[in-house]
Amino acid sequence: MTPAGPEPLVSVEDLRVEFHTDAGVVKAVDGVSWSISPGETLGIVGESGSGKSVSAMALMGLIQQPPGKVTGKILFRGRDLLVASEDELRSLRGRDVSMIFQDPLTALNPVYKVGHQVAEVIQAHEKIGRIPARKRAVDLLVEVGIPNARIRADEYPHQFSGGMRQRAMIAMALALDPALLLADEPTTALDVTVQAQIMSLLSKLQEERGTAIVLITHDLGVVAGHADRVLVMYAGKVAEAAGADALFHAPRHPYTLGLLTSLARLDRRRTERLRPIPGQPPSLIRVPPGCPFHPRCPFATDICSKEMPPLTGGAAHIAACHHQDRVAEARAAAIEV
Amino acid sequence: MTDTPPLIDEAAPPKDAVPAAAFGIRGQTQFGDIRRRFFRNKLAVIGLTMVGLVFLLAVFAPLVAPDDPQAQNLSLTARPPSAAHWFGTDELGRDQLSRVIYGSRIAIVVGLASIVLALVLGVILGSIAGYRGGKADSVIMRTADAFFAFPLLIGAILIILVTGRGVVPVILSIGIFTWAVPARLLRSSILSVREAEYVEAARSLGASKWRIVTRHVLPNSLAPVLVYGMVSVGTAIVAETALSFLGVGVKPNVADWGNMISAGRAFFGFKDYLWEIPSLAVVFTVLGFVFVGDGLRDALDPRLR
Repeated sequence: MTPAGPEPLVSVEDLRVEFHTDAGVVKAVDGVSWSISPGETLGIVGESGSGKSVSAMALMGLIQQPPGKVTGKILFRGRDLLVASEDELRSLRGRDVSMIFQDPLTALNPVYKVGHQVAEVIQAHEKIGRIPARKRAVDLLVEVGIPNARIRADEYPHQFSGGMRQRAMIAMALALDPALLLADEPTTALDVTVQAQIMSLLSKLQEERGTAIVLITHDLGVVAGHADRVLVMYAGKVAEAAGADALFHAPRHPYTLGLLTSLARLDRRRTERLRPIPGQPPSLIRVPPGCPFHPRCPFATDICSKEMPPLTGGAAHIAACHHQDRVAEARAAAIEV
Repeated sequence: MTDTPPLIDEAAPPKDAVPAAAFGIRGQTQFGDIRRRFFRNKLAVIGLTMVGLVFLLAVFAPLVAPDDPQAQNLSLTARPPSAAHWFGTDELGRDQLSRVIYGSRIAIVVGLASIVLALVLGVILGSIAGYRGGKADSVIMRTADAFFAFPLLIGAILIILVTGRGVVPVILSIGIFTWAVPARLLRSSILSVREAEYVEAARSLGASKWRIVTRHVLPNSLAPVLVYGMVSVGTAIVAETALSFLGVGVKPNVADWGNMISAGRAFFGFKDYLWEIPSLAVVFTVLGFVFVGDGLRDALDPRLR
């Protein structure tokens, strides 16, 4: 999709990630393009196995090759990360691009104190003594809202609650003020009130620092509140990409529509039962021919099983569906009820 | 623990009450916490006392021993324990107590040195096998299997047949036939740790390979190896004793528990103290190391508490 700003921070072009397994070739990411501008939030939405986390891993250069195989282009400030050396990538990780993970307990090293781990990130990238690094670590912990940070810095991850751990992870990820933060399901392992706190913390830090955030999630609610633009992925491909408002109000892909109608909402009277999307996401070894969504799609016609629809639409809103008009009509009808 | 900060946040002093300099004290090291957990464990402390006692005897043997361990008194051979010779005298009239005390030197030196050797070999090879994987893994682990399958005593006897008897050959042969176990332990725990998300996280934050291995993978996978090491110091002492007992350990006249048991064997059934006392010394020392090892295992895992 085309960038919203003039100078994208990262642009991913025709990214493909394949894994060669005994059972066959898994196309985890299959020709995906997107870009993100400084300070922007891009939501990447999809079910498990839609390729969203793998795209993030590819961006960090963390796909083991082999068995993985990454092709395409990942331009960070115009430099292609896929041809960068391991040393270049390493100095980039943490300093320019960093990542937070779904489960903050397993993402923190159990044998080190939290403050020490935050300080370590700083020390890995800067020539800085132990004491000043530690002081900065404590400042960061204060900044992410850890109460009594000076004391809590001397505790181990298992002494932290889930939300506090995620805050600590965020402190580590933002320690060097990266331009891009990849948040891989940052709130999935947390309960709902803590989710809201973490998301508003991320928004606050983003505003203060101008960090671009790629928010990877399966939770449309989280995306609705925080993303500027949204990319919906299905079976390793982009199903639809649009500004957040456009996507939620006028989806053009049946999969997006399905996700929206399977969502419980408090702000609207429920006139009928929630409609889950029938079936399962396809195995990535044997993706259905044509549009990968057609076996589950209520709009599907003959052409859907034969021809993969191209991504069409204007610069601001693209979708890969043969029946975009019918989807739009269905949505309009649903809203009027 | 008076220096522990309050556990409940609300009761803790306000953020700025603690001066920044106060951090160095309990700050970066996790050593203090491990020590605290270790000393809370009664059996571990008992074990440490036992090991410490043997260690002190070994270091200060010339001061502690009542007699020269080699001084013979042929008019006073194989006497039972008495006021003059607490542990009796051996077949050449040497003071048993002094020989037991001097024997601890051999036991400690051989036990520690051979296990250090085994751990160094095991950690280096095991971490290469576990972290690199692939061909290096196969080659190292098949070699380890070969060493593992070969009985220590027979292997050691073969080596000592070539090199001759002595402390160094004993250390080398025990070390060489022990490394396979720590290597395998470390490899398997590295295999699970290297897939852990915090390793991925460290990588995603730009840690170098070396840093990931030394700071993230090894500390999280070393615990079983260290515990094994502690416990197997005991095993190494038993092996050393066995080699000397079989006549392929340290030189025959050296004051050594295995040599003493071997000599005492001739008096089996009527002067049993001659082999019983050095055997008890072996049991005491080995148990001490086992207790310390167990305590260490509990102390090294912060998640246990």
